[in-house]
Formats: sequence, structure tokens, C-alpha cells
Amino acid sequence: MADEAKPVTNIKTPMRLEYRYSAGVATSRFLRGIGQGKILGQRCPSCRKVYVPPRGSCPRCAVPTVEEVELSDEGTITTFAIVRVPSENIDVPLPFASVHVLLDGCDIPFFSVVQECPVDQIRIGMRVQAVWVPKEELTSTLQSIRYFKPTGEPDVPFEKLKEFL
Amino acid sequence: MAERCAIVGIGQTHHTARRDDVSIAGLLREAALRALDDAGLDWPDVDAVVIGKAPDMFEGVMMPELYLADALGAVGKPMLRVHTAGSVGGSTAIVAASLIQAGIHERVLTVAFEKQSESNAMWALTVKTPLQAAVVAGAGGYFAPLVRGYMQRSGAPEDTGIRVAVKDRANALKNPYAHIRDPNLTFDAIAGSPMLWDPIRFHETCPSSDGACAMVLTSERAIPRPKLAPAWVHSMAMRSEPTQFAGQEKINPVSGQMCAKEVYSKAGITDPRREIDAAEIYVPFSWFEPMWMENLGFAEVGQGWKMTYEGATALDGDLPVNCSGGVLSSNPIGASGMLRFAEAAMQVRGQAGEHQVDGAKIALGHAYGGGSQFFSMWIVGSARP
Repeated sequence: MADEAKPVTNIKTPMRLEYRYSAGVATSRFLRGIGQGKILGQRCPSCRKVYVPPRGSCPRCAVPTVEEVELSDEGTITTFAIVRVPSENIDVPLPFASVHVLLDGCDIPFFSVVQECPVDQIRIGMRVQAVWVPKEELTSTLQSIRYFKPTGEPDVPFEKLKEFL
Repeated sequence: MAERCAIVGIGQTHHTARRDDVSIAGLLREAALRALDDAGLDWPDVDAVVIGKAPDMFEGVMMPELYLADALGAVGKPMLRVHTAGSVGGSTAIVAASLIQAGIHERVLTVAFEKQSESNAMWALTVKTPLQAAVVAGAGGYFAPLVRGYMQRSGAPEDTGIRVAVKDRANALKNPYAHIRDPNLTFDAIAGSPMLWDPIRFHETCPSSDGACAMVLTSERAIPRPKLAPAWVHSMAMRSEPTQFAGQEKINPVSGQMCAKEVYSKAGITDPRREIDAAEIYVPFSWFEPMWMENLGFAEVGQGWKMTYEGATALDGDLPVNCSGGVLSSNPIGASGMLRFAEAAMQVRGQAGEHQVDGAKIALGHAYGGGSQFFSMWIVGSARP
């Protein structure tokens, strides 16, 4: 078939998207904290739940959250997946453990990855700690926390984690 | 009292990985023309058009509705687009039916679609946001930890998900429109497929499909002389909740429970498992069948897996679920919810062909979206409510 007679079924038109994020008061404090190697959450004055990252309000009670709480960078895995499928936006080598970590003193899990541990040993209830970039490389972005690693402490029983699923 | 709403025409495309032979508009017209033909109506008969699809980035086309008005015969008529993530196909049908029930229009065409081959939904779902490390790979990466949580909490046998996939893929063989129609998808083939997001295997995952679904809805006085009796909307409900909050029940979302309660109570259903003859439930990953059986009140919390295990959800079970093969067998994302609603209506019209449940009179259509935060449901029946 001559080229002119062939139907055009597909053309590629790549898109690029960049956006500027206005962090707002609560999130700015959180991001500045991260830049200093600290994890800052906020407590709801009504239900007393501690949120991280804080968004300046409680989604349950619809009230502003102002009380700041410095959280530990240690926590417990509430659940996880082992990712074995590549994705364009993820630069962690496969396979990796994508985990929900409940930081000590916090009421909502934080999404991160666990490394320095074979993926088949990751389990619900495992105790983990954040591994930060070196102090001089800290920035006000979540890239300052490289990943979490096991602490070796005894596991937290599932009964205590049920309500965070 | 609200006007009664009848479903008089249903159409869908043959769902597949790539439809290079048609544009988005062409794909939608295929489904719409089949629905109009089923209703015995033509474009000029339609008063308004309501469309729905998943987020624009899934296809890379900003506001496709801008160029669909003429393709869908909406020039000079009202047209609107609904947007509630993966549940959109269901909520689009609900908005369309509401226009009838409110007495605003007599005949509404509603269409939902996705042409996944035109972009990369997994890329679109794995965005780097300033407050979350990019560690969640697509929808599977988001839902896999919830599946693991369900497994741990319920103590369900590990092969429950495989059994759901075996059933849905066998049902798909009876549905000429299904995307995955592969007789080789046996228990062993599914069990042996690679883990993508452990504990979710490749064959326990929905495909990426190009496809569309359409329905023609009318008021009681505008029912055309159809080839087939209409299905009737008995009740509809929608619910939403935030993506994340402390104390959120992520496996058995409260918004889903509330939505189910409302849709049953409005339809006068007190014992859903006994009174509903067929259900089309949004199950993009196999384990969501037992999870939603509990969320929808068909089983006690922690017991949903038994329904799969005992064959209750099979085509010949006491509550056949996803007789069409479900989302596991066809997933044009924006259309997937409307397909659930449409397949429920097909069941009560006796129109489902080889995957028909004998004598189905009451059926449930269900869709969910976002981080399990948007729910839409309808109950349809063969009898005028």
C-alpha cells in the first residue's frame, strides 16, 4: 500500500507538567522541620489525633489544628506491599517494600519504603526507624528521609495495629 | 414524588487493549449507537447528554467533552460531565437518572469511557507530590497494602483471590464484550503468574482497556416502544469521605457501608443477600470481592471470603457477582462503573445472554473510586417501583 493510502492511527504528543505548590502555614512548618531532621505533626484539639504531615485542620472534626507535636522518627509497619513492577516515576530499585509506617505518637500512617532488609522478611508489626540523608544535605523535602530500616526491636502485636488499617 | 426512571437502551463496545481504528469520539459513538438502537430511538430524540470519564491525565486529553458535543449529538442541547475518579461511571448514571427523576428531561443519553491506550494511567497515578514520597506504584501499589491488611485481619485462605480471578475470567468467556477472554486462565495459571504488588498477582489484576458504555434513560411517559421491557431504577445512593484521616477504616470504608444502607433502604430491601438476584461490583483486584461483600452487608465482617470459597458468588451461586467477568476482565476505567450499572440492568431485563442469571428481578450495580473514598450504587428491577 502506498504511504498516502495508509491510515494515520496514532501520533505521539508528549506532555510535561510542572506545578508550584503553595505549602500553607502547617505544611511549611512541617517541611522546615524536615529540613532540620525533625518530624513535626499537629494534634486536633477535638479528637486529640495527631496528624503527619499536618494540613492545618482535622479532616474528621473540621477544626483548625495548631498544637505542634514533635514525633519520633521510629515507628511500626501497619501494612505493606512488595512492589515488583516498574513505574516511571519511581527510582527505587525493584523489588522494594512500600510500607505504611505508624510513627510513635502519631495516629495516621506515613507512606515510605523499607531498605537494609530482605523484602521477604518485612512483616506487619515490624519496628523501623528513618534513615536520613547526611545533615549537610538536608532539604525541606521528603527526599531528606531516604527510607526506613528495621530497628531489631520485638514486633508490635497485630491487635494494637488493627485500628490503623 | 420523584418521576420514575426507566433504562430503555444499553450499549457497550468490545473492550480491548487498543482501539487504533477509532478516535475517542468514534469509540463513544459505537456504545451510544448500540444503546440508541436497543432503545429504538435516534439522536434527535435525546434531550440531554451526561458523560463521565476518569481524570484527564489517564488519556492525556484535557477536557475531552469540549470536542465530544457534536459526536454525541449534544449540539443545541445540555451536556455535562461528571467526575468522581474510578466511581465516575456509576455517578454519571446517577446524575443522568436524577435529571429524569427531577422531571427536568424526558430522555437522557449517558456515556462513560476510557481509551487507556492513549496515555499511561499508571504514570498518572504515580505522581510525585511534595508531601508524599513516590513509593506507591499505580492503583495496585495503593491497594495492595489494604489487601494484605484484609488477609491478616480476616485470616482468609491465601488462595481466595485466585478463586475470584478464576471465576471472573470464566464468566468473561460468556461475555462477548469482555476484554480478557482466555480459556487458559486456570487456577494454576493464575497462581503461577508473577506478583506485581505482592500480595497481588498479575492475573489477579484488571487489564488496561479501551472501551465505552452507554445507556438511554427515560421517564415513564417517554418510554419508547422498546424491543425489550425496560429496567427500572429502584434506588440510587452516593457517598464520599476524605482520602486519609486518623481512624479511617480503609479496608471496610464507612462511606461504602453508609451508601449500601441507603440504597437498600430506599429500595425497601431488608435482607440484601436474599433479595438481590445478581450484583455487579467494582473489583479491580480479585481480593476486593470478599472485601466488598462485607462492606455491602452481604457477609459479616471477616467472613466475606467464605462466599467466594463456597461458590455463593458464582454464576450459579445464591448471589452471583460479576457474571459479566467484571472489572477484572474489562477495565476502561471511566466506563467500568457504568458497565457495572448497565450489566445490573441487563440482568433484570433478561438481556445478558450466556451470562444471564435465570429469572433475575433485582440487581445491584456498584462502583468506587479514589482511595476507596467515592461510592455510587443503584438497585434496578424488572418491576415498576
